Amino acid sequence: MTDVAADRRLGKRPARDITAWDRLKVNRNWLGAWYMVPAAAFLLLFLAYPLLLGVWLSFTDTRIGQAGEFVGLENYEWLWEDSVFWMSVFNTLLYTGVASIIKFAVGLYLALLLNRHMPFKAIIRAVVLIPFIVPTVLSAIAFWWLYDSQFSIISWTLRQLGLIAANINFLGDVWNARWSTIFANIWRGVPFVAITLLAGLQTISPSLYEAATIDGARSWQMFRHVTFPLLTPIIAVVMTFSVLFTFTDFQLIWVLTRGGPVNATHLMATLSYQRAILGGYLGEGAAIATAMIPFLLAAIMISWFGLQRRKWQQGGSDG
Amino acid sequence: MASVEVRKVHKRFGSVEVIHGIDATIEDGSFVVLLGPSGCGKSTLLRMIAGLEEITQGDISIGGRVVNNVPPKDRDIAMVFQNYALYPHMKVFDNMAFSLKLAKVDQATIQEKVKRAAGILNLGEYLDRYPRQLSGGQRQRVAMGRAIVRDPQVFLFDEPLSNLDAKLRVQMRTEIKALHQRLTSTSIYVTHDQIEAMTMADKIVVMRDGHIEQSGAPLQVYDKPNNLFVAGFIGSPAMNLLAGTLKSKSGARRVETDDGVALPLPANAPGSEGQRVVYGVRPDHLSMGNGAGGLDIEVSVIEPTGAETLVVGRLGMAEVQAAFRDRFAFKPGQRVPMTPLLDKIHLFDAGSGQRLT
Repeated sequence: MTDVAADRRLGKRPARDITAWDRLKVNRNWLGAWYMVPAAAFLLLFLAYPLLLGVWLSFTDTRIGQAGEFVGLENYEWLWEDSVFWMSVFNTLLYTGVASIIKFAVGLYLALLLNRHMPFKAIIRAVVLIPFIVPTVLSAIAFWWLYDSQFSIISWTLRQLGLIAANINFLGDVWNARWSTIFANIWRGVPFVAITLLAGLQTISPSLYEAATIDGARSWQMFRHVTFPLLTPIIAVVMTFSVLFTFTDFQLIWVLTRGGPVNATHLMATLSYQRAILGGYLGEGAAIATAMIPFLLAAIMISWFGLQRRKWQQGGSDG
Repeated sequence: MASVEVRKVHKRFGSVEVIHGIDATIEDGSFVVLLGPSGCGKSTLLRMIAGLEEITQGDISIGGRVVNNVPPKDRDIAMVFQNYALYPHMKVFDNMAFSLKLAKVDQATIQEKVKRAAGILNLGEYLDRYPRQLSGGQRQRVAMGRAIVRDPQVFLFDEPLSNLDAKLRVQMRTEIKALHQRLTSTSIYVTHDQIEAMTMADKIVVMRDGHIEQSGAPLQVYDKPNNLFVAGFIGSPAMNLLAGTLKSKSGARRVETDDGVALPLPANAPGSEGQRVVYGVRPDHLSMGNGAGGLDIEVSVIEPTGAETLVVGRLGMAEVQAAFRDRFAFKPGQRVPMTPLLDKIHLFDAGSGQRLT
């Protein structure tokens, strides 16, 4: 039985219907949504808005200092006919393809090496990271000197050894410039691949190798049947990032060659910058940048399927 | 089938010597348990037999052949690891078939051998699963299956049950023992669990700090521990060990503890008058009642396990445990008379820790 007087003494208010607002106030999902607002606002403002603005610009004839009008696909039609654009696409694919494959091979090799017991392991691991921690522009400038047509230490050394008669024109010749920039990119990108794969290698239980040793596996078989399959999830992540970073590379090329000689090293990113910012044709530059999106999406899709949890990773626990 | 011979084996990691010249013989077809606390070198010894660790000094031979420089795969051994070490990306079948595939055995033989091993271990319906999809006990069986498939002369087990829960451990213990009786291959089993050792072994090798403290049949080690370490390590609950001095009083010999408690001894007890000794009596060798040489024990805790009643009490300053098949309802603080069974008394020299015979 309800004692009304007791209720009053205890300060209870008379009951009223619970409104939707009352429910909302104690709803954890509602609260959670509010917690996400700052992050969502940040992403919208600094990622989604510029991206959409860029795509929109690519459909206009905007120039610096002159608001443009919607021109439909005109920029893209223009690019379709533009041999420089197509060369930048070719360069980007070559640059990304060659550099990524070599970065993967060298990075994996280094990771396997660093995963062994050897003297001064910690120091060597730190040394391997150096190319990664030096700011890109600094290392690009260092490469610029290495590749200099007059003062290149590489040319000098080869000349002293009597292997060449004249300096190598590293950045002045079309293919020399392509290989030189690719080499610089590899030098810079290997540590990331190596250290990440090393982290992956260290998650593989040593007892698996012992079991494989007793099962009679040689070192190649151990790599083929134990290390590589167990490393594939990490490889997928690392190579996705590596490909994305390489594809969108800008600093290295800009410092070394600015896209030259005769556009031979222009990547889509550098060409876009040149047309949009230096040339002032924002619409056209935006169209080049937008044209990168399908390639990047393709790379992400490939890794998405590669990254999906493999069957052996599913179900059960480690317990 | 093969015996394993360990002769004067030393193992050093850098400047630290972890095994100090061990000699042991593991007879053909026997089940030998290397038992000791963690860090005693038992796993290192096993890994040296497997070929996973180099032998610093001495010889290990399997089936009469010195294997110091023989690679693991050619030693004709198989090993079951504590964490099972199953290849997570291979199905059960492939895990078990891996060594055969590497040895380029033909498909039909692989099928037959894996199926046979799976049959022995009741794994038939799991061959198509990945290790993650199995329970702990099933993974344990796959690990054993991988060993069986190799048809080795010697099975090596490195604490294979310590990742399982208590109930499963008891069950797998029986299974491993039954498996050994069926396959009759020489088995070397490392554990720190003395119950596992007692129940499974034909022979126990008790190790401590890189030395062998005692080896022998389980009951022999239990009944006649060579020294204080073995006495305290084997048996659960552990043997009561009470320090005191050998004295004779009116013709009867006894041990007097430092707080003046007189512990009874049989007439033929070894040792000389005035010798410092440790008096050992197992909890189940104390009987209730005030016989000759009865002890006055003050109960502090009663632990009924159902089958037995464990009484923890004080004798003078020392803590004493006694186990009884009967159920008693003592209260803490109650004084209870107990009498040691005189023919079950162990005496150890207090200085050397060695058994007095």
